[in-house]
This record gives sequence, structure tokens and C-alpha cells, in this order.
Amino acid sequence: MAVLVTESTKLMVQGITGKEGSFHAEQCIRYGTQVVAGVTPGKGGTSVTLADKTIPVFNTVKEAAQATGANATVIFVPPPFAADAILEAAEADLSLVICITEGIPINDMMRVKSTLQDKPHVRLIGPNCPGVISPDIAKIGIMPGHIHKKGPVGIVSRSGTLTYEAVDQLTQLGIGQSTCIGIGGDPVNGTNFIDCLNLFERDPETKAIVMIGEIGGSAEEDAGRFAKENITKPIVCFIAGQTAPPGKRMGHAGAIIAGGKGTAAEKMATLKECGISVVQSPADIGETMAKVLATV
Amino acid sequence: MNIHEYQAKQLLRQFGVPVPNGQVAHTPEEAIAAANALTTAKVVVKAQIHAGGRGKGGGVKVVDKTDAAVKEAATAIIGMQLVTHQTGPEGKKVKCVLVEEGSQIAHEYYLSIVLDRARSCPILMVSREGGMDIEEVAEHAPEKLLKLHIHPTIGLQAYQIRQACFFLQLPAEAMKSAHALMSNLYKLYLDKDCSLVEINPMVLTADNRVVALDAKLNFDSNALFRHPDVMAFRDLDEEDPLEVEASKYNLNYIKLEGSVGCMVNGAGLAMASMDIIKLAGAAPANFLDVGGSANAEMIENAFRILLSDTSVKAVLINIFGGILRCDRLAEGVVAAAEKLSVKVPIVIRMKGTNVDQGKAILAASPLKFMVAETMKEAADKVAAAVLAPVG
Repeated sequence: MAVLVTESTKLMVQGITGKEGSFHAEQCIRYGTQVVAGVTPGKGGTSVTLADKTIPVFNTVKEAAQATGANATVIFVPPPFAADAILEAAEADLSLVICITEGIPINDMMRVKSTLQDKPHVRLIGPNCPGVISPDIAKIGIMPGHIHKKGPVGIVSRSGTLTYEAVDQLTQLGIGQSTCIGIGGDPVNGTNFIDCLNLFERDPETKAIVMIGEIGGSAEEDAGRFAKENITKPIVCFIAGQTAPPGKRMGHAGAIIAGGKGTAAEKMATLKECGISVVQSPADIGETMAKVLATV
Repeated sequence: MNIHEYQAKQLLRQFGVPVPNGQVAHTPEEAIAAANALTTAKVVVKAQIHAGGRGKGGGVKVVDKTDAAVKEAATAIIGMQLVTHQTGPEGKKVKCVLVEEGSQIAHEYYLSIVLDRARSCPILMVSREGGMDIEEVAEHAPEKLLKLHIHPTIGLQAYQIRQACFFLQLPAEAMKSAHALMSNLYKLYLDKDCSLVEINPMVLTADNRVVALDAKLNFDSNALFRHPDVMAFRDLDEEDPLEVEASKYNLNYIKLEGSVGCMVNGAGLAMASMDIIKLAGAAPANFLDVGGSANAEMIENAFRILLSDTSVKAVLINIFGGILRCDRLAEGVVAAAEKLSVKVPIVIRMKGTNVDQGKAILAASPLKFMVAETMKEAADKVAAAVLAPVG
């Protein structure tokens, strides 16, 4: 078992005819993901051929879902139109909506999130995220598949390439991953750390969890306090941005120390108090997890 | 993105939020003309820079509305290097002042609308402790701060505004004007995609009007594409020149104090690279995220920008190649290093797609790159390079 992305995931790609959409759809197919449909308004009735597979293209998400039985979508739609794409996917009741797009206005995302409260069966991952991969099963997103290995560690992260770094450290040590979830670097996102900790807690295959946070907001502290009461599986955590100056946005829209709040030091202290193994150096994620797993 | 107070007040006026009458002035002569257009006996001359604490730094003067007094105040402020707790010790050069009518203040309040990340909605905050540092109030006297969560789809409701007005103990005569102010301010927050609207202080005048005496607006940079009018307010002089240059090439660059120039793909990995440099005993000179789809041209520009910082004594390149292939990165780095005739040591750590081809390209180059396998090894090597005694 893995979480979110499993053997039964049938994926559609919103924005499949764009440069990013077609490139990554092809990579997903090559990894083994069942890509069953594409959506590009105005190009319905056509098809694209990716990795020797012919994928039908539809005008709307609803049509694509009805015709192909797709139950998940990945969104590669430019920022001004991405919120609309998420809402369209939610309206079609797809159970998993993964939005890769970076740069969606915060007000758009606030309205999306508020609307999604009426759709509890629709799970949004992202935006501004690398996606989700369950090694050897399927991947939905832009991560390099070949660095992953199937195994007992669940990963949840606000970052993209830093997650690849953590995965690589684990794989080099022979430690595989159950599912890796990138929840994205924006201040308003769909699924949060707590949701993912819950998913991993319930997943029998996951024995331990890596959590990668960064400066800004209080999602890490909230997750730490939640884990203390509700999560029995061990957690190894790294917080990026220990050297980041206050008031500056460090690449991710959400990575900013505002009004003295959201510092790495504050997060690390709270997480430690909650019994989580916090590593100071990003180079120690793999080895610390190896030690933790030895005790499970 | 930040804007100046006079620009913020222009937007407030446009949305029907009362602000004192006034005009921006770039010279003492313009300041005198601006003052003469006002009807009050006192005028306020305020330095326009992107930083708070201007009053304490000597950047705000209340003077009699005489040509001599206004000229003296404007002459003192325009051109001064204003140091406040937000500017750093070097301060910021004042290019212009806002000349405003003086107000008869009965009480000062605090009011702001800002994003509450934990709840994913805007939050209206008000306090009777106007003019104070609101973080202090929140920390030490949270009962003096009222926080009202605004529903993102239905917006700020009338009962919430009433709640805020009663909490502020506004006189009955001022309720109507306060209601209009708050409701219009929320409209501005939404319509212009602000990330912060802060009125500190909002004042009650002697004749029971509520006025925004100061105004600070921040904008969501993700939404600027739909606000050309706000974009026009951008003041490049208020930003670091290297950061401005980097933004032209879609590079995320932030100048820091250390001596190790960093070039990394991805924001999280870039921050983690800074952190591990620090753990190795050195300090990062910058944050630089070249993004997931960097090409040779972007790498060259990134290189040029980070090397134009003279405090850079060595460079660390840390790339986890997914979409960005390591061979392409290596080609870009070699070409840029040759073209820019780089003198400082360069440590490269590459992982991921086509890493062996990438390493072969680096090895074949006449330039001496230091190659590292892991992040830790890379950080240790680059720290050794900057900490080694010269010669």
C-alpha cells in the first residue's frame, strides 16, 4: 500500500498540450502512471501521442472524467488560470487534484480553498509543488522518478529539489519510500503537513516519516503538536532557512519570516519539544532516518 | 512588493478611504507650493522611503505653514540618509517628501488587514493602541487587539465592522465614517491583491471623523500581472541593484552578508545549501534559485550577478538535476566561467539526471573546478576555500 497515488490511480492532465504539460505527462507515462486523458479547452476531440501512447484530449474536465474514468488530475495551467482549473476539477469530483503551477495569486487560492470545504472528498495537493510519487507504482508530478526506491519511509515536504535530496540520501542508504508528497511552497495550499501525517499513520507500509519544512507560517509547529498527540510513527524533520534574513521572500511565496514569526529556530525548538528528531544539517536526513528505522 | 506612503494614500483616496490632503514634493520649492495648497495652520513633512520608524529617525517634521518653516523642514529631509530600525545602519536616501495638512487628533487607533496563513483567509485587526508597534501589543497585551477572520468568498460583514467599532469605543457620531473606511479598505485589499493593508495610526479627529493618517500597503507579487497601475509604483531605488538585475532574468536572488556565492536549483535546496555552508563555518553571500528549467543563458546571467558582488570569495553550485540535466548545467557553467574569466574557486555538486556526462564535461575543461559528491563535502570544500589564508 502507498497513499494517494496507487495502482488504481487513473490520471488526466490539465494543460496536456502545453510544453510543460506534455513533457511531464510523457515522463509520468514512462514511469508507469496510467495517463488516460488530457484537457485543453478548444482542443477537445484531438489526441496527443506520448511515449507511444495515444491520449485523448477533451474540452472540459467533466467530459474527460466521464469518458475515461479518470479519478485524479495534475494541473499544468499558467498561474492566471490555474485557480479556475482547480475549481473545474473539484466540480467534476475527482478525488485527487495535484496542482504543479507556481505563482497563483493568494486571493485566488483563498477562494479555492474556501470552496473546497464543500467538497471534502476532493483532495488538493499544492499548488507550487513537485507532486506525489509512490515508487514503483506511479508518479504524478515533475520529480525525477529514477532516484526513488520502494520502501518504508513516507516523505512530506514544502520543497521540490530538497525533497529529491532527502530521497536520494535514503535511496543511497538502501532505504526506500512508500509515498513522497510535495505539499508546495505557497502560503495557502490544499493538503497540509497534518493531513499527510494522518495518511502515513494509517498506511501499514509506512514505518517512519520524513518531514521537510521551511521558514514562514506555523504549519510545522502545528504539525509537531498534532504529531505529539496523534502520530505513533517516528518522524525525522529538517527545516530549511536557518540562515535566512527576516522580511525577505526566499524563492517560495510562503518562505518569509514576517514580524519575527516563522523562523527556523522557533520551528525546530517546537518540533523537538514534541519529540520529533530534528536534524540541523540537511546532509543528516538519511543517516538519522537509518538510525530511527533500526529502532522501529 | 512595497510602495511609498504617498502612493498608498493615492490608492486609498481612489477607494474612498479618507486621508489627509497633501502632495508629494521632490524639492523644497515643490514642498512650499504643496504646503500653500493646504488650509491648515500646521503641516507635516514626511520622508518617503520604504521603511517604518521614520519619525524616530528625524524623517517626519510638524511645522507652521510658513514658506520658511516648510523650506527648512524639506531641505533637512530631502537628500538625508535616513536611518530607522528597518533600514539597517547605512540608512536610505530620501528622494522626496509628502507634505500633508496637520490633523486635530482626538485618539489614535491601529487597523490592518492581512493574510492569516493558518486559516487561509484575511484577518482584520484593530486596537485602541494606535501608533504603537503592534507586534508588541500582540505579544504583551493580546486582549487589546481584536482579530476578526474574514470569509474569503462572502467578505467583510457589517456585523464584523460594528464589532470592530465597538471594540475601539468609537463615539456614535464617528461610526458611519469608520464603517465606510473599513469596508472600502477591504475592497482595496481584495481588488488590488494586497498582502497587507496597515493603517497605523487611524485617527479620530476633533470633529469626529475617522482618517487614515499613515498607510502601508504590500502586494502579492503573484498577482501583480493583473495590476499594471500598482506595478507602476515600483521604485527600483528602494531595492538592491543586484536583486533588480536578477529579477530581469527570472532569477530569485537575495543578497546576504557572507562570502560564499551560491547557485542552486529550487528554493528549499537553496536555503538548505545556505544552512549547511553556515554549519561548515562559512557564510552565504546570497540566496540564488535558478529554478527548475534553467538554460545556459540563465546560468551565465546567474554567474555574472553573483560574481559582481565583490564580497564573494568562492562559489558553491549545488544542483539536483531533474528536469535540468547535469550535462546541460555543466556546459553552461564551463561556458560562463570561461566567458567571465572567473578567478574565485568554484565547488560543484551535481546529482540526478546525466550526472556522469556532466562530470566528464567539468573534468575536460581547463578550468579547475572542485567537484563534490555530497552536500556536506561541497560545503566543507567551499568553506575551506574561503577560510584559507590568502597566498
